[in-house]
Amino acid sequence: MKEALSRRNLLGRLGAAAAGLMALPAARTAKAAVQKLFVSANAPNGYDPTKHKWVMAIDINRCIGCGLCAEACKKENHVPDEPNYFRTWVERYVITKPKPGSGEARGEVLVDSPDGGMHGFPEPPVPTDSILHSFFVPKLCNLCEHSPCVQACPVGATFDAPDGTVLIDPKYCIGCGFCIQACPYGCRFLSPVTHTAEKCTLCYHRITHGLNPACVEVCPTQARIFGDLKNAKPDDPITQFYQNNRVEALKPYLGTEPRVLYAGMDKEVR
Amino acid sequence: MTTEVTNIVVEVMPHFEGYVYPNESGQHPLWSVLIVLYPYITGLVAGAFIMASLVRVFKVRALEPVYRLSMLTALAFLLCAPLPLLFHLGHPERCYEVMMTPHLTSPMAIFGFVYAWYLMAVLLLELWFDFRRDLVAWSNVTSGFRGIIYRLFTLGVTDVSGPALRLDDKIGRTLSIVGIPSAFLLHGYVGFIFGSIKANPWWGSPLVPIIFILSAVVSGIALCVFNYMVLSWVRRRNTDMPCLDIMARFLFYALVVDAAVEGLDWIHRIYAAEEGFQIMKVMIREKLFYTLNLGQATMGTLLPLLLLGSLQLLRKRVPELIRRRMYFASSALILVGVLAMRWNVVIGGQLFSKSLRGVMAYKMEFSGMEGWFMGAVLLALPFTILTVFIKLFLSEKLPSAGHGEPTAARG
Ligand code: SF4
Ligand code: SF4
Repeated sequence: MKEALSRRNLLGRLGAAAAGLMALPAARTAKAAVQKLFVSANAPNGYDPTKHKWVMAIDINRCIGCGLCAEACKKENHVPDEPNYFRTWVERYVITKPKPGSGEARGEVLVDSPDGGMHGFPEPPVPTDSILHSFFVPKLCNLCEHSPCVQACPVGATFDAPDGTVLIDPKYCIGCGFCIQACPYGCRFLSPVTHTAEKCTLCYHRITHGLNPACVEVCPTQARIFGDLKNAKPDDPITQFYQNNRVEALKPYLGTEPRVLYAGMDKEVR
Repeated sequence: MTTEVTNIVVEVMPHFEGYVYPNESGQHPLWSVLIVLYPYITGLVAGAFIMASLVRVFKVRALEPVYRLSMLTALAFLLCAPLPLLFHLGHPERCYEVMMTPHLTSPMAIFGFVYAWYLMAVLLLELWFDFRRDLVAWSNVTSGFRGIIYRLFTLGVTDVSGPALRLDDKIGRTLSIVGIPSAFLLHGYVGFIFGSIKANPWWGSPLVPIIFILSAVVSGIALCVFNYMVLSWVRRRNTDMPCLDIMARFLFYALVVDAAVEGLDWIHRIYAAEEGFQIMKVMIREKLFYTLNLGQATMGTLLPLLLLGSLQLLRKRVPELIRRRMYFASSALILVGVLAMRWNVVIGGQLFSKSLRGVMAYKMEFSGMEGWFMGAVLLALPFTILTVFIKLFLSEKLPSAGHGEPTAARG
């Protein structure tokens, strides 16, 4: 039975090799997790992500649809011009009056976002006197508490940072696009330049230096409110915002628990 | 409706109706024909393996002539299964990270391990134990390059005494038993990659992995029928009719279960009429009219059900030649139908905006990584590999001692 034994040896060796291969990922995962936070987050030395909790809020009532935010974001973050990719964009909702006698509460809902609203909006698609409501909704990464994108990423290139942001490590991303499919809000795209996934980072390179995100900086009406929940003072805009408004999240039924909350929402917004 | 055909066949500009998130309108669709092939090929692997297990585990002796062919089919397709996934990555050179630093909540990461397990621990090992005796015999009678290959594949274990062979058989059977859940896991996981995406009402359903597994079994058996008939035809041998009849019977049963569960899924979707239902109606009536109603439902399910079903009832009265033709037609139809089903799932899920306010059109190009040509190449590749395998391991010129070689090879 010498040969049968040698076959058993072979099986044993194969098993050992497999076990070794299985152990390797665990070690590498731990190492990568440590690396990820400190290597590629673009934060300055001495920045402690555990001491902050960044958040953005949107006041729909204030947005005038000028699109300066979308434009500023494209410039600040070198978002490719073509195709139509945006880290933040503005949608216009036009809800028409119901036809008289139709028995409906409201008419048609028309939504558009030409060029992501970057150059403002053209005349509404219907005559002004037939409009019941019209409003603008800025969109960005919702900073989901239970982010499906992070859950789906096969290599952990997308991750929740302790300071509330959801970031992508471009040196790690394999460009599979799973996160893009998993994000319910259309916030992500595969960059034609880097071939990795991209999305809003709250201008991580700015906020870690104590600056506002570019979109917040340029918004003429303060429709975008930015703040640090761990260090918020009573008269900070973000504290005021939560105090003065009843708020809602996008697609709350998906259980993603977005941390970006909206005031002045309508049921048609999703 | 007609635009659907023109969009598949000729190039048209992508266009949108209604509102689509700006990021969805850029590279569209993100996952295209390569990702259609990925679940298709993986499904064929799982199905072919289940087919082979019928011989090994469930001792369906009549199927022995196709045992080895099915196993080699599973291997040939499994080797190609990750290629479409790999080619569509933005950074294919980083693909090893999926294994090295897997993110354990991601279905796609786990797939890497399930794949490795299935390839190394199940399929290759089982094949080796199956073929070992023959490899030893062949390496003794063959010289030259072939001889070297056979010798290499014996891995230096040349004991073919009675006890050793019995041990081989026992291990092989155990592997086969382990292999069945592994095959389900392999393809169930592929289904879960889509089923887990709750953002997409077309995909996010717990029934999706189950439907994937069932359609995989159907397509795999159909592929074995197809390959067996083609191989017999190429070798100008008679097909083993009892074997073919049994295969067709299993194919019919699998198809009935698959069609029932898929029907259940549709009934549920229509009855529940949840949020995305309006947009789904557009998909069924316009966007996927041909591939869904004609390809998947009529050609891929109803017709084969009729053909195979009528043969179950009237087998005795239908002459062999006609029966063979009907089997062949059914298997080919099912293979096309399941491909259409994968298309409907993968492409269909990306033809509407996640804002549920708009739909998109899809243009499929001829050239390029995601074009027709690449798709055809990737689909032809496993068949090419299988041909090499058949030449090497199912050659008619070789003496055969093992069980389960095709009658064609028995000569
Ligand atoms: S909005 Fe999208 S990209 Fe942002 S955290 Fe949620 S799922 Fe991820
Ligand atoms: S595209 Fe990149 S970030 Fe997104 S899931 Fe794939 S590897 Fe992760």
